[in-house]
Amino acid sequence: MKSLAELEAIRQKTLSKVGTRVEGEDEIRVVVGMATCGIAAGARPVMLKFVEEAQKRNLKNVTVSQTGCIGMCRLEPMLDVIVPGKEKVTYVKVNPDMVSRIVAEHIVNGHVVTEYTIGAAEGK
Amino acid sequence: MEQMITVTIDGVQVEVPAGSTVLEAARKANVNIPTLCFLKDINQTGNCRLCVVDCGGRALQAACVLPCTPGMVVKTNTPAVREARKMNLELILSNHDKKCLSCVRSQNCELQALCKELGVEDGDRFAGAQSTYAIDDTSVSIVRDNNKCVLCRRCVGACANVQKIGVIGPVMRGFKTAIESPFEKKLAQMACINCGQCITACPVGALTEKDNTKEVWAAINDTTKHVVVQPAPAVRAALGEEFGMPIGTSVTGKMAAALRRLGFDKVFDTDFAADLTIMEEANELIDRVTNGGVLPMITSCSPGWIKFCEHYYPEFLPNLSSCKSPHEMAGAMIKTYYAQKAGIDPKDIVVVSVMPCTAKKFEAKRPELSNNGLFDVDHVITTRELAKMIKEAGINFTALEDEDFDSLMGASTGAAVIFGTTGGVMEAALRTAYEVITGETLENVNFTAVRGMEGIKEASVKVGDLDVNVAVASSTGKAAELLDMIKNGEKNYTFIEIMGCPGGCVNGGGQPIVSAQIRNWEDIRTKRAQALYSEDEAKTLRKSHENPEIKQIYDEFLGKPNSHKAHELLHTTYEQRDLYL
Amino acid sequence: MDLFRAHVLVCGGTGCTSSGSAELIKRFEEQLAANGLDKEVKVVRTGCFGLCEAGPVVIVYPEGTFYSRIKVEDVDEIVTEHLLKGRIVNHLVYKEKAEEEETHTTLEDIDFYRPQMRLALRNCGRIDPENIDEYIAFDGYKALGKVLTEMSPEDVIQEMIKSGLRGRGGGGFPTGKKWQFAAASKADQKYIICNADEGDPGAFMDRSILEGDPHSVIEAMAIGGYAIGASEGYVYVRAEYPIAVKRLQLAIDQAREYGLLGKDIFGTGFNFDMYIRLGAGAFVCGEETALMHSIEGGRGEPTPKPPFPAVRGLFDKPSNINNVETYANIPQIILNGADWFTSIGTPGNSGTKVFALGGKINNTGLVEVPMGTPLRDVIYKIGGGIPNGKAFKAVQTGGPSGGCIPAENLDIAIDYDSLTAIGSMMGSGGMIVMDEDNCMVDIARFFLDFTVDESCGKCTPCRIGTKRMLEILERIVEGKGEPGDIEKLETLGENIKKTALCGLGQTAPNPVLSTLKYFRHEYEAHIYEKRCPAHHCQKLLNYVITDKCRGCTLCSKVCPAGAITGTVKEQHVIDTAKCLKCGACMEKCRFGAIEKH
Repeated sequence: MKSLAELEAIRQKTLSKVGTRVEGEDEIRVVVGMATCGIAAGARPVMLKFVEEAQKRNLKNVTVSQTGCIGMCRLEPMLDVIVPGKEKVTYVKVNPDMVSRIVAEHIVNGHVVTEYTIGAAEGK
Repeated sequence: MEQMITVTIDGVQVEVPAGSTVLEAARKANVNIPTLCFLKDINQTGNCRLCVVDCGGRALQAACVLPCTPGMVVKTNTPAVREARKMNLELILSNHDKKCLSCVRSQNCELQALCKELGVEDGDRFAGAQSTYAIDDTSVSIVRDNNKCVLCRRCVGACANVQKIGVIGPVMRGFKTAIESPFEKKLAQMACINCGQCITACPVGALTEKDNTKEVWAAINDTTKHVVVQPAPAVRAALGEEFGMPIGTSVTGKMAAALRRLGFDKVFDTDFAADLTIMEEANELIDRVTNGGVLPMITSCSPGWIKFCEHYYPEFLPNLSSCKSPHEMAGAMIKTYYAQKAGIDPKDIVVVSVMPCTAKKFEAKRPELSNNGLFDVDHVITTRELAKMIKEAGINFTALEDEDFDSLMGASTGAAVIFGTTGGVMEAALRTAYEVITGETLENVNFTAVRGMEGIKEASVKVGDLDVNVAVASSTGKAAELLDMIKNGEKNYTFIEIMGCPGGCVNGGGQPIVSAQIRNWEDIRTKRAQALYSEDEAKTLRKSHENPEIKQIYDEFLGKPNSHKAHELLHTTYEQRDLYL
Repeated sequence: MDLFRAHVLVCGGTGCTSSGSAELIKRFEEQLAANGLDKEVKVVRTGCFGLCEAGPVVIVYPEGTFYSRIKVEDVDEIVTEHLLKGRIVNHLVYKEKAEEEETHTTLEDIDFYRPQMRLALRNCGRIDPENIDEYIAFDGYKALGKVLTEMSPEDVIQEMIKSGLRGRGGGGFPTGKKWQFAAASKADQKYIICNADEGDPGAFMDRSILEGDPHSVIEAMAIGGYAIGASEGYVYVRAEYPIAVKRLQLAIDQAREYGLLGKDIFGTGFNFDMYIRLGAGAFVCGEETALMHSIEGGRGEPTPKPPFPAVRGLFDKPSNINNVETYANIPQIILNGADWFTSIGTPGNSGTKVFALGGKINNTGLVEVPMGTPLRDVIYKIGGGIPNGKAFKAVQTGGPSGGCIPAENLDIAIDYDSLTAIGSMMGSGGMIVMDEDNCMVDIARFFLDFTVDESCGKCTPCRIGTKRMLEILERIVEGKGEPGDIEKLETLGENIKKTALCGLGQTAPNPVLSTLKYFRHEYEAHIYEKRCPAHHCQKLLNYVITDKCRGCTLCSKVCPAGAITGTVKEQHVIDTAKCLKCGACMEKCRFGAIEKH
């Protein structure tokens, strides 16, 4: 170890791996429905995609967790994005391809991807 | 300039050199703080807790190890301090075998003295479980009775710190702590050199010499035996202490008289044999120097040192002079030369050596120190044992008129008498070697550079055209230091004198035991050595080769120094010994 | 790069390892693989979480779900339910009380943790102690970097002095001052030493830190080395701590590999390396001079001070010695500043203290609280009070060197000075709770028995004095106490305190003196009335059968001494001369008819 920069590099690299164990105050939580219905509908690749995206963009304040059946199995895979101080947004029928956009627009830039939300799907 | 600091002891201001302990400062203020474990230069561990004093802190402090600080205020005589000292003393008593009446150290016991001093009224106040131990009498020189041990560790300090041997130390812990050899070994199984410095350090009766007085009494009482006694040079410098005479009193004449009264048939002097040793050793040295022998040559008079060399520095065995030690030479001559002249069968002669030394007891049992199946020396008793015999015989020692040793092997020169102190053998050898090598008369026989109590002394002596580098070491600890320097190539000498005990034989393990209360403040070694130097000074003959009886023995019996016969009777060999037996 | 959405943290402290956490880890790994989750869920073995009572402990992140007393069989359910389907397995989640319906899913919800503040233990249970990267991720070695690049040794010492950090090993000496003394000594070589010879019965603070966060100690020692001018360090740790030793060695190796130990650290020219030395488990080797002699290869025995280690210590060189918990605080003090640290705790007692809570208490385990926390909060809020509805009697702090604190002092604030003022001491942090069934004379006897056994035997008062005290106590609990024994105990105790050579000897009488101070009546009852008020001392109690007896004969059948007689359906009688006082009858009786008097 010959410089503080080296130490910082290791810190950054590892922090992204252990970030799940840090309880941040401005934490954004992504909760994926992972009951049998969700898994059957393809929730697993969706969740993994979130983890991957968060990792790629080095989003330390994002945790991805699972939850059970939300009760609207026909709309699975479903997930909630919970930004502190904002209302919970529920996305439905999510596939891995949609994840990048949700991360980029909603999580990073704060713009809800309205067309994927439960509101849009249930059609007014 | 030594930096001085001022401290207050019991309201008295005293100035002491920086680095002084509170114990030392108190003495300057005329306050005697009781001590038990403290023995100057040997044991400064602060573990008996009898010297505690109040320095104003939460706890009391041990004065023997507490350095003075400027402005320090010390109270040594508060009720709390007195009670604490007394309690610790009573605790020691509660685990001490109090068979004081029959104890060899009765009336010369520091624990006993402290009980009186501190006013112990009830030796059983803290009675409880008592440790019991088997007495270790496996060694031919030293007996350990741990039932009497007070765990002051002075013996450990003498063995490990001074002698750099360390065959004893604390084993187990807590109440079960005992001073023993490791791995439950007995002393005889250890690389102990039998120097007995542990005995003279012991404040109580836990360490004593192996008592051989019974054998000596038996020999004297056996009418079929011709019992010949010979006392070593250092004995005369200390024996008087056992009879209340001041330290440093020479009692040569009284000693000869007392030995005769004890019933010995002949009273010879080991000093005679010391002169004989010089004849052999000086010539051996000259031979080694001129014929490319192993150098440096190292003296071989001290059996403690010899065993140390055999165990710990076997690589130096070829450097040892092959000369037997003086009393062994005397023994060999008594059983050949004297036997022949007196017409007595050597088998009927019993040779008793009185030595300042416990290692001599082991030495006398070496199989190589014998001739025709007879040991050169049959019994060795220490200065203390001789005093005991004189007391048992009811001899009023101090009132005795001086007597001479018996002739044939009783005459000696000043060179012989100084054998008993560190540097003495060296000085005696130089006196003879000088005259043998140069053929000139040595005018000033005092080689003061090799005198004194420093552990290692060096000198360069001009012998004719030669500069002879010599060194003198006393205590095996210092010997080890010196040998290490030689091994590392830092030093180079022609001739070395080594004595196993610090200060030489005057401070041997068989000498009268002087209480720490005196030893801590006075240099008993210098005083005893001074007695020997005065005796040397008073003699007309001060060079070994001038001793008429020595001339006679070479003329009549041995031929010349290092002759074949001399080699057969006066020289020996050494062997490497293991560290664990 | 490995992507893990969830982390399963399994406690790998000694407590949980003993209750089988290693098998849990294996099972988790197998089950995760079987369910195809091994690429997304990571299993991490961490250090101690503290609530050993509830071990083995498993925490699942990101939810932070706190599972307790997990058996191997439970692993499958956690994997298939929680990790696969995201449903927390409620019946495995930690419950405060057995009868409690409500479960607390995360650490922060639990009463045991809520009043705590984990500074020294901050990484224990959070990081994988065998992975240096995880320590670095949580700001590890940043303090060392800061010290080496931005601060002079004098700055470091001043910061430490300002922080008011005091030695957590028991004495409470200000760490900064200690460093200042060592820094002031001139020498070609100095040493920095970590005392990890934790020996108080029941204490395991230091073990947990070494097991859970070894790098914090390494980092702090390097900082200390820089401050005092030492290039070498030694950790003296007891050989009975195999997990701690293994992880510490691994941590040292990793730090060396990263160049955080060795030559020219952070390119600043500072050199520092360190070594482990194993102790053979002698209590006295926790005393700093004895510890150093043991490292040197000698017998572990104290030597008088002065000279202090800062002047002449290890190998006769100036040395600084602190304990594990002290070191664990240091990196944060450097990073967050002395002012932050002094804001925690009370004036003169900054920061937190870790305690090992044990004895008659519901939540045994490791707790860390800010200094000044009322003792009552630790016992009742964190510790959950006394089991089985028994009454609190006293708490022993400071292990065998400390003293007992009775109920009347429950509201004192825990800090060095308050504890000393009432005759106990902070000690290294053992806290043993006693209830109404504990006989205080016997408690004193227990602690003294330990000290007598562990005395090094060097000085008279400790070697013989404590033994004599123990003999008197043994006499008293056997009903053979005599008038004058109490006074003799006091005389001996006070004088041992005053004259013993080392701190251990000087504090050895504390358990006796403090119980004599607060529970003298129990001693008196034993001696004068031949009665043990707690009905604990076997020799002083009698079993009697009351009129509740239905004459079922069960007791007479179970009695190994044949001391119980009586006919069926009639009240039985115990022959006290024959009775061994084993208590078997009392255990068997279904009617509560047997009582101890």
